[in-house]
Amino acid sequence: MKKIEAVIKPFKLEEVKDALTELGVYGMTVSEVRGFGRQKGHKEAYRGTEYTIEFVPKTKIEVVVPDGLAERVVETVIRTAKTGSIGDGKIFVSNLEGVIRIRTGETGDRAL
Amino acid sequence: MTIFALVLRIGRTMKTPFAVVLLITCVAVISPAFGQEAPAPATAPATLKIDTGDTAWVLTSSALVLAMTMPGLALFYGGLVRNKNVLATIMHSLVILCLISLTWILWGYSLAFGPDKAGIIGGLEWLGLNGVGGEPHPTYGPTIPHQVYMLFQLMFAAITPALITGAFAERMKFSALLLFAVLWGTFIYCPLAHWIWGGGWLGKLGALDFAGGAVVHTSSGVSALVCALVLGKRQGYGTAALVPHNLPMTLLGTGLLWFGWFGFNAGSALGANALAASAFLATNTAAAAGALSWMTAEWMQRGKPTALGVASGAVAGLATVTPAAGFVGPMAALVIGLAAGVLCYAAVVWKGRLGYDDSLDVVGIHGVGGILGMLATGLFASIGAKGLFSGNPAQLGIQAITVLVTVVFAFAGTFIILKVINAIVGLRVDAEGEQRGLDLSQHEERAYAKD
Repeated sequence: MKKIEAVIKPFKLEEVKDALTELGVYGMTVSEVRGFGRQKGHKEAYRGTEYTIEFVPKTKIEVVVPDGLAERVVETVIRTAKTGSIGDGKIFVSNLEGVIRIRTGETGDRAL
Repeated sequence: MTIFALVLRIGRTMKTPFAVVLLITCVAVISPAFGQEAPAPATAPATLKIDTGDTAWVLTSSALVLAMTMPGLALFYGGLVRNKNVLATIMHSLVILCLISLTWILWGYSLAFGPDKAGIIGGLEWLGLNGVGGEPHPTYGPTIPHQVYMLFQLMFAAITPALITGAFAERMKFSALLLFAVLWGTFIYCPLAHWIWGGGWLGKLGALDFAGGAVVHTSSGVSALVCALVLGKRQGYGTAALVPHNLPMTLLGTGLLWFGWFGFNAGSALGANALAASAFLATNTAAAAGALSWMTAEWMQRGKPTALGVASGAVAGLATVTPAAGFVGPMAALVIGLAAGVLCYAAVVWKGRLGYDDSLDVVGIHGVGGILGMLATGLFASIGAKGLFSGNPAQLGIQAITVLVTVVFAFAGTFIILKVINAIVGLRVDAEGEQRGLDLSQHEERAYAKD
């Protein structure tokens, strides 16, 4: 199993979610996060005084999928979340030790 | 005219046609404005007879001015602070309204408006409103009950210290605030109100201050500067982003201030008459002009027009036209509003370079606006009084003296009051309390619960 975490632009969430659902991803966890990468924040101005807001709002999607699906998930996220401009985000892929469904106690791929 | 130079400069560098429109309006308007013949002022009747229309209007105006403090100013300031300080900020306006409501009827009104003692202060004859009843007073509104005038003035006395709270937002101790409101409301506001409105020496000199350009706005602006200097900067000022937590709240407050200002200015006519209408018109005109000129100045200088800019410009226009409202026609009010928006914006931007932390820009908006408005009254007065452009240059000098006296008195007096409070309870919350926010450290409550 792989855990795929994608930090994307918030307005791209719907598109990414729909594409992943179509691919056969049954669940995901979404959170509103703040952070910075090369985009390095944005500027705001109040009464003429400028402030640099270093942490930009982003949306993080976490999905766990069987090994065989991981590559297509990554491709799909890239395809749907990409705008081509700076700040599109990043995808982190990691191996996952285990998954347990709390209700039934099922483990592994059957718990996904 | 500096306003011309500024508009021209804006016009040269602009990307939108807006400044051109402003420039044309300005040119079209300014020449007739100078020589405008004043409509006949509503002359006060010589006899003391209660007029129900006048009474209804001044009572209504008193309620309108109350709405300026709470919730108007409370929301205006509340939206500008961070969410950990919003309750404390709203509390400042609310609790000052409560305190002054009592001190004013106990001793404040008597000191400010009681029988004159050597032009310096009102006597103690009216302590506890003794003798202030339903009969009209010959100079304080001969057609309304004396108590109505007293109530109207109470609302002014309440909003003025509340305006200052923007300077020390996010770091003042609550106990210090209570002391400050009572001491400032007694030792600064009462003498100033007496000198200009209560039969004191500046009024006798001929100072024109229709609704409080000196008494309310200059005094609060200057005192705000002293507060910012004495209390020092907030933690993180200049390094962290200390940005407004809820601008819609501030915009709602702006609307309420604008609405209430009709009571403030048009109510100062002390009657439901042509003078009230003229002041109402001047008020609305200056608010709109101030909003648009601030917006344009910011657009030109920074590249984006902002909602906070339009709101700030409206308040700047309102504060600036306050002393002039009953003395000028709509075209002069338009010019005053345009000047207010640009100059107050410049003052607020300039603050950043001076380095003092007047957190919510009381100095730049009320201080600069109040002074500008007092001087503009000396230039443009044409209704019931004559300014420079109506052939009375001496008026400008009287206005300048009034401003100077107000600045010096408010500066020195506020400084002493702050030092006294600092010795008794201390002015600032400790560093940890400031970091946690005043809502938790001063009040043990929170504006926005997390589910």
